[in-house]
Amino acid sequence: MSDVALAWMVLIPLAGAALLGALGSRQSGFSANVAVSLATLAGASFMTVRVVQDGSFSSLHHELFVDPLSVFLIDLVAFVSFTTSLFSRSYMRAEVRLGHLDPARLGTYHAMYQVFIFAMLLALTCNNIGVLWIAMEGATLSTALLISLYRTPASLGAAWKYFILCGVGIALALLGTIMVYFAAHSVLGGHRALLWTDLYSVKGRLDPAIMAIAFVFLIVGYGTKVGLVPLHAWLPDAHAEGPTPISAVLSGLLLSVALYAIVRFKALAEGALRTNWPGHLMIGFGLASVLIGAFSLSSQRDIKRLFAYSSVEHMGLATFAFGLGGPLATFAALLHMTAHALTKSSVFFTSGAVAQTAGTKDMDGITGLVDRDPALGWTLMASSLAIVGTPPFGIFASEFLILIAALHKAPWSVPLLLLALGVAFAVIVRRTQAMVFGAPGASQAPTPRTLFAPFAHLVLIVILGLAIPHLLAAWYTQAARLVGP
Amino acid sequence: MTTLASAIHLLAALFLLAAFAMLSQRRLANLITLYAWQGAILASCIALAAYATGSAHLYASALLNALLKILLVPALLRSLARRLDVQWDRESLVQIPTVMLIGLGLVIFAFNAALPIAVPGAAINHATVGIALAALLLSLLMMILRATALSQVIGFLALENSLIFAATSVTYGMPMVIEFGIALDVIVGIFILGVFFFHIREQFDSLNIDRIEGHHE
Repeated sequence: MSDVALAWMVLIPLAGAALLGALGSRQSGFSANVAVSLATLAGASFMTVRVVQDGSFSSLHHELFVDPLSVFLIDLVAFVSFTTSLFSRSYMRAEVRLGHLDPARLGTYHAMYQVFIFAMLLALTCNNIGVLWIAMEGATLSTALLISLYRTPASLGAAWKYFILCGVGIALALLGTIMVYFAAHSVLGGHRALLWTDLYSVKGRLDPAIMAIAFVFLIVGYGTKVGLVPLHAWLPDAHAEGPTPISAVLSGLLLSVALYAIVRFKALAEGALRTNWPGHLMIGFGLASVLIGAFSLSSQRDIKRLFAYSSVEHMGLATFAFGLGGPLATFAALLHMTAHALTKSSVFFTSGAVAQTAGTKDMDGITGLVDRDPALGWTLMASSLAIVGTPPFGIFASEFLILIAALHKAPWSVPLLLLALGVAFAVIVRRTQAMVFGAPGASQAPTPRTLFAPFAHLVLIVILGLAIPHLLAAWYTQAARLVGP
Repeated sequence: MTTLASAIHLLAALFLLAAFAMLSQRRLANLITLYAWQGAILASCIALAAYATGSAHLYASALLNALLKILLVPALLRSLARRLDVQWDRESLVQIPTVMLIGLGLVIFAFNAALPIAVPGAAINHATVGIALAALLLSLLMMILRATALSQVIGFLALENSLIFAATSVTYGMPMVIEFGIALDVIVGIFILGVFFFHIREQFDSLNIDRIEGHHE
């Protein structure tokens, strides 16, 4: 009975997408979207209870599976997509009222939102590297439609760039997937050569030459989606031009899901190659992303672009830590993924609300928030302090652990990391401070909104920073063992 | 068996030729025809591989590819091009001889890169892996060089053709789940893009990428 629970959890958003598409532009679509996301969250909790009781399990003839590496990401996707749907209800209503969005597109918006959540859950739960690829492609197509939702020239340009870059990326990832299948084909044969569970059991016997080339294609392919540095050109545009709830889930969830795919393949490639070469590749990509991401921050004027570059930096940091390998670095990277997902979505919730209230995304045009709307101002300040890694927030803990791991394994990289983190801290805090505490500008009627979602996230991030729950720590440790050499 | 192998080799060579032809074709209508030809070559290649291995799922895959790539997708693209009225526009490319030389360089590079992959496989693999990789790089080159959105998409579809060619020739077909997934994505992708193009056209009065890209502020 509980074997099919996993399939149900994945199917809820898909069924929800059909329902929401049928509801179209009706007002009930907003609440239905929240209800579907809540149902997904309930499904995820049900699944989590099962994992806590029995450990990893698979269902549907081993087509779906959960293990410590995926379980916390699934919970994260379910939780953040739920809070985002709550935020989206008030935010998108205001967008329609302000005349930014044609209400006729609400049906597409809600349906594609759920298709996107479905694609991410499928990517995380499927046991099949082919289905993983299909899910990632599905996520690309659904988000391309979401980014172009406003149909403005800038949003169409951003969506086009996103589609073409991520399309090529995803095509290269398919070539990598084909090569992994080719390498595993001679060992396992047939359909089993696509299953993670079977691949891991024979990883030492895969052909190293093929796995090396395959991993290059996979890291470039899925890395495009993560926003690793030479391939990150789509990311700032997509985050800035799409609707804010989509920026939150893109940044918080999709990037992490793509990184999850790379991490799984890295474990496979390292097993086949018996060296840390795939890890070195990830260190290189990660460090470049951290540096370029941090140094691009200072030239940004658009509030959402600023935080988009911060995502490049944070994803680079997580990739770097996974590349270092070993229990400590992997633990830190997983914690960083979790903390980043929660913090960045909170940052986007608040900065979206700020931009909506101020009527502009230009940071020079936003001043004196704390006088106009104290709650919003302080939430933005707290979220920004959380994202730059101030204690007691979770990102502080994960960045601290990553630095310690780097001191052990690659001491040369520590000054570079500190420099990048310092620059990011200075730029983001200076920018936010000017927006929150600056002289009050032209007064604008504040739009009614709920700050429940960012509050909930901030509370969780503080908990994560002060005392990581025992269960989560146990999952991280087990996952680190799974990924580790 | 040797005649079969040489037939597959011949088809592989034709596949590469089609990739080159697409690279140098300036008119959209002809480009779509070339895409359909490439699809036909791909489908017959899969059919031959199916005959060689006697596997039913490869026959199904050949049929699926033939339906999609010879009939459905070209028809969709043609109707799109007609409705957008861009089918006979001449595209300004870089000098064709230069493009051909770059393409030639890519083919040599691809064959070199394919060497370590091809060693453990049978003899049939060596040339075909190289050709699949070369066709892939040529489609990427085409996407980079093209200035209009619709021909970039055809470049993308050619890229996807090369991937399926690689999957078939290297492994004699992967399990069906992937092929169905790809087929589904192609259809969905085309529909989404169709919707997209009309909006791009409305907003920019052109499908020219340079104009779309330069519109950030």
